Amino acid sequence: MTEAASALLSLVPKAEAEQSMKDFKSDQEVRWCPGCGDYAILAAVQGFMPELGLARENIVFISGIGCSSRFPYYMNTYGMHSIHGRAPAIATGLASSRRDLSVWVVTGDGDALSIGGNHLIHALRRNVNLKILLFNNRIYGLTKGQYSPTSELGKITKSTPMGSLDAPFNPVSLALGAEASFVARTVDSDRRHLTEVLRAAADHPGTALVEIYQNCNIFNDNAFEALKDKDQAEEAVIRLEHGQPIRFGPGGSKGVVRDPATGDLTVVEVSAETESRILVHDARSATPTTAFALSRLADPDTLHQTPIGVFRSVERPVYDSLMADQLDAAIEQNGKGDLGALLAGNDTWTVVG
Amino acid sequence: MTSQVSSPAEHADEADGPGEALVGGQRQPPGEKEVRQLDRVIIRFAGDSGDGMQLTGDRFTSETASYGNDLSTLPNFPAEIRAPAGTLPGVSSFQVHFADHDILTPGDAPHVLVAMNPAALKANIADVPRGGEIIVNTDEFAKRAMAKVGYDTSPLEDGSLDGYSVHPVPLTTLTIEALKEFGLSRKEAGRSKNMFALGLLSWMYHRPTEGTERFLRAKFAKKPDIAEANVAAFRAGWNFGETTEDFAVSYEVAPAGTAFPAGTYRNISGNLALSYGLIAASRQADLPLYLGSYPITPASDILHELSRHKNFGVRTFQAEDEIAGIGAALGAAFGGSLAVTTTSGPGVALKSETVGLAVSLELPLLVIDIQRGGPSTGLPTKTEQADLLQAMYGRNGEAPVPVVAPRTPADCFDAALDAARIALTYRTPVLLLSDGYLANGSEPWRIPDLDELPDLRTRFATGPNHTLQDGTEVFWPYKRDPRTLARPWAVPGTPGLEHRVGGIEKQDGTGNISYDPANHDFMVRTRQAKIDGIEVPDLEVDDPDGARTLVLGWGSTYGPITAAVRRIRREGGAVAQAHLRHLNPFPRNLGDALGRYDKVVVPEMNLGQLATMIRARFLIDAQPYNQVNGMPFKAEQLAAALKEAIDD
Repeated sequence: MTEAASALLSLVPKAEAEQSMKDFKSDQEVRWCPGCGDYAILAAVQGFMPELGLARENIVFISGIGCSSRFPYYMNTYGMHSIHGRAPAIATGLASSRRDLSVWVVTGDGDALSIGGNHLIHALRRNVNLKILLFNNRIYGLTKGQYSPTSELGKITKSTPMGSLDAPFNPVSLALGAEASFVARTVDSDRRHLTEVLRAAADHPGTALVEIYQNCNIFNDNAFEALKDKDQAEEAVIRLEHGQPIRFGPGGSKGVVRDPATGDLTVVEVSAETESRILVHDARSATPTTAFALSRLADPDTLHQTPIGVFRSVERPVYDSLMADQLDAAIEQNGKGDLGALLAGNDTWTVVG
Repeated sequence: MTSQVSSPAEHADEADGPGEALVGGQRQPPGEKEVRQLDRVIIRFAGDSGDGMQLTGDRFTSETASYGNDLSTLPNFPAEIRAPAGTLPGVSSFQVHFADHDILTPGDAPHVLVAMNPAALKANIADVPRGGEIIVNTDEFAKRAMAKVGYDTSPLEDGSLDGYSVHPVPLTTLTIEALKEFGLSRKEAGRSKNMFALGLLSWMYHRPTEGTERFLRAKFAKKPDIAEANVAAFRAGWNFGETTEDFAVSYEVAPAGTAFPAGTYRNISGNLALSYGLIAASRQADLPLYLGSYPITPASDILHELSRHKNFGVRTFQAEDEIAGIGAALGAAFGGSLAVTTTSGPGVALKSETVGLAVSLELPLLVIDIQRGGPSTGLPTKTEQADLLQAMYGRNGEAPVPVVAPRTPADCFDAALDAARIALTYRTPVLLLSDGYLANGSEPWRIPDLDELPDLRTRFATGPNHTLQDGTEVFWPYKRDPRTLARPWAVPGTPGLEHRVGGIEKQDGTGNISYDPANHDFMVRTRQAKIDGIEVPDLEVDDPDGARTLVLGWGSTYGPITAAVRRIRREGGAVAQAHLRHLNPFPRNLGDALGRYDKVVVPEMNLGQLATMIRARFLIDAQPYNQVNGMPFKAEQLAAALKEAIDD
């Protein structure tokens, strides 16, 4: 982490006493459906927060509308359950006016990518200091089962009895295209991996987008079963680790290489001949090209070859800091604002009574 | 127009015709030419969108302000940045009314029209009363240019202007001639013709010139040649007036000293006054100002202005859309900023869901609507008052919001402070309804002493505010102040007050989610009671003659209504006048005040929105008088309509 990055993160005060998971549980009864993937994510976040050691009162969770957006009620921090799609905009106002806060956005695939798509991409390009947790269950849960912007083409739902006509978004591709400085993907059921990704996101100065594959056991059960089922997972999951060759499959028997003809990425069996060509994951690459190619690697039907982990993590100027710097620069250049002088302006005349 | 002056003046201030404007005798000045004294003058500068008429008008206004006249202005320009040259839709104009006494409007009809081309003449001549002075740029009256706007023969020669005092001046040629030494192309030199015209008018009306020369040198600081060329054109115009025989007379309009209370004054437009009001409110509240906004005419100038004052701790966020503008503002309000979003009617429509959230969260938030012609895109550069019912009712559910409206450009300063007072005291979004006429129009403003400004400091919650039955001290985010019904403002970073807010109905007190029917009924009524209980000053009725008819207005119609009332009284008629600053809640005495009159007339630049509210609330047969042509009322027309209502 650069000095500027750690300086930014150090603006949030530390907790005075050691914290436990219990400190982050609010007194509200959790009301998700039994078996919902959101429980696992909540537990992971509550379990991870003490590790940050931040003053609880300086942590804020802001959400939109949807099942996932009930999240702030269950965190014993400051929180706002706002309106559909607008959480990134609201969080931008809070984060850019209060750099002493650790601001987290909790959103879903409908909230972030449909009604709130515009706010999401603009938060990413500005690089506001926000951590956005996008719970992707590929369905509308709260409205009881319509297809979402990440549902697969042809999906049969209540609103698409003959199959969905919409080509889905790939949230990681979208975020990379929107100039995101940090993009990661993880899975609700893999608490260790989820925690690792949260840790990396929390350490990132700027907007961090974390897509979390989350199971909706009521309206879209087992959507990510390929990544969870022991028999398939080895074939399906590619764990990205910065600086490590991208290998997966039984005993790491498969690897990702660059096709010299097209520049695209493909999967090969690892052999003496191919081993030296296996791509080494570089999340800090100056360009998002390879991260984007990785985001397109998964088979959209079977989800085989789905990379999880941090796709991209680069440092670039953070909006909140730039804004604060301009305020400082304005005072340096013009002195602290003098209201009397401002109101008077340059052209006045006096009337004597 | 001075908001400080409330007594009806005896002057014929809104009367028409240059003849009536002449007062006093003539005196022989030190120079050779005759100088006449006038009590007031209305000048309209009109030209193509690219002719710099707004700048010319602004400069004339600044000179006039610094001379100490009372004044009122009406810029009027097309929505297109550059409409096709020489066409009627491309005409841009700026009217300035200045006087040696207190005036209220930019004037109905210009005494002097400066027409830079045939389109400007054609578009404006109907407003000039016979006998008025017309200065035309003859260089632009070529056959093709005239044909473009439907002149078959030259109006300068065919006798159609016989009733007017016409001054044909080859403005372009004279400007090019004056700038020979600057080595500019004819086209470049010709661009300074507006400064030539300004110089000529400055001579005619004895305006000070130093301010304009200083302004030009500052504006073109990076291009000193252009600066000096413009100064030379300006001086050449002045000298042309001084020497040419066509202009035999010049005029003096004495400073309006006696019309103004003592103090230091400046000229100010509504949007500038509003911007300053917001900065002042931030200082008086001791809270940082946060503006979330998306560019929209005619509100963008507030975004521009506030973004220049970061050294006051002002944060301006140009959002990706209207919704994000108010969203960011609401987020900043949650964090303890004095939060503002600025927009015009279409933007209010987009923001309405977030206003509803702010009603539910009960956080302070200023929503500033610079109204323009609607519906939809409507008339972006023209004025209208048709967002009142949107401000009142344009949200889902019972979502009451206080509504505040300034009455003059300078009054936008006070209205901003008042809106901030309400928002901070009652923890509520507040809608402030200005409009295009106030936003772009200007008038003299007595600069307030800082110690005159209201104290807007508020308290953040710092600790528990409730004791449970078992004796535990807790923080209840929805436990209200018994007097104001406001809930505590507990900002993140305050230890022990961690709480969650949101748009789902809250349980009274605890703020927990509640679907309980009785609680919802209680919360809906409580939110309404909070807004109904906001303290606003009683309505003042101006009724010196014991009239039977009351004219009730709100917002920017104050100037024209007051001018019309003065006319009626001057002619011996009796009419009472009252003007609303607070549209929600209404002043407590409004019902009683209205009930004392046989007739209540409500002029509005809409189809009767306040009249509808008055009828619904008080069962009073308020008579609407409406105009929705994108322009402010004319005093004469309004006076005639009021007279008809009185006599009816």
